[in-house]
Amino acid sequence: MKLLYFAWLRTKIGIAEERVDLPGGVATVAALLEWLKGRGPGFAEALKDSRVVRVAVNQEYVPPDHPIRPGDEVALFPPVTGG
Amino acid sequence: MIRVQREDFDIGAELERMARGKTGIGGITSFVGLVRDIAGGEPVGAMTLEHYPGMTERQLAEIEAEACRRWPLDAVLVIHRYGRLEPGERIVLVATASAHREAAFASCHFLIDWLKTKAPFWKLEETPEGARWVDAQASDDAAAKRWTSE
Repeated sequence: MKLLYFAWLRTKIGIAEERVDLPGGVATVAALLEWLKGRGPGFAEALKDSRVVRVAVNQEYVPPDHPIRPGDEVALFPPVTGG
Repeated sequence: MIRVQREDFDIGAELERMARGKTGIGGITSFVGLVRDIAGGEPVGAMTLEHYPGMTERQLAEIEAEACRRWPLDAVLVIHRYGRLEPGERIVLVATASAHREAAFASCHFLIDWLKTKAPFWKLEETPEGARWVDAQASDDAAAKRWTSE
């Protein structure tokens, strides 16, 4: 799975993108976020408040119960501030 | 038409091009967003706009399609820049063209309101205290919501 991080999530986590193999049992966006939090202090800090984390799967916004699959592109980012 | 680019744009040339040959157009409404030199009472020296290539274009195309479903539009143009911009520089151009002004005004307002809450862009401001990511504004969410009840 390809993971992308933007804005302050990227700076807190320290990387812009990575490829990961999903552990068994991680089948939804919510489960992915929980698993990522345990990967280090940068992840824990960036993901501590899920209310300010937006998730897109294959470039579409999705809710926490959305399923994820090994070939997905999953992006995590804060609420957007363009315009 | 959607364009996401680093370069500046010429407002006059863009508006002329979007209407060229479409003589059923009675009016064009445009909105131009600029970089301000102050935010939250603090001076801003510059800002850097980050975006999510691919998803940005996809989201903007969806917003454009939604505007075309709601109003009888002859042309839509959204140009959004990314990269480092200084105060006074243009960030975004939204323009809509229709036979009559009501559709042009309403759809242009709708597009900028929805773009602000849906298109994946993030602003990093440079201030005397250092760089800071701009927080999303509740007022922007409220502005976008007013279009959902129609």
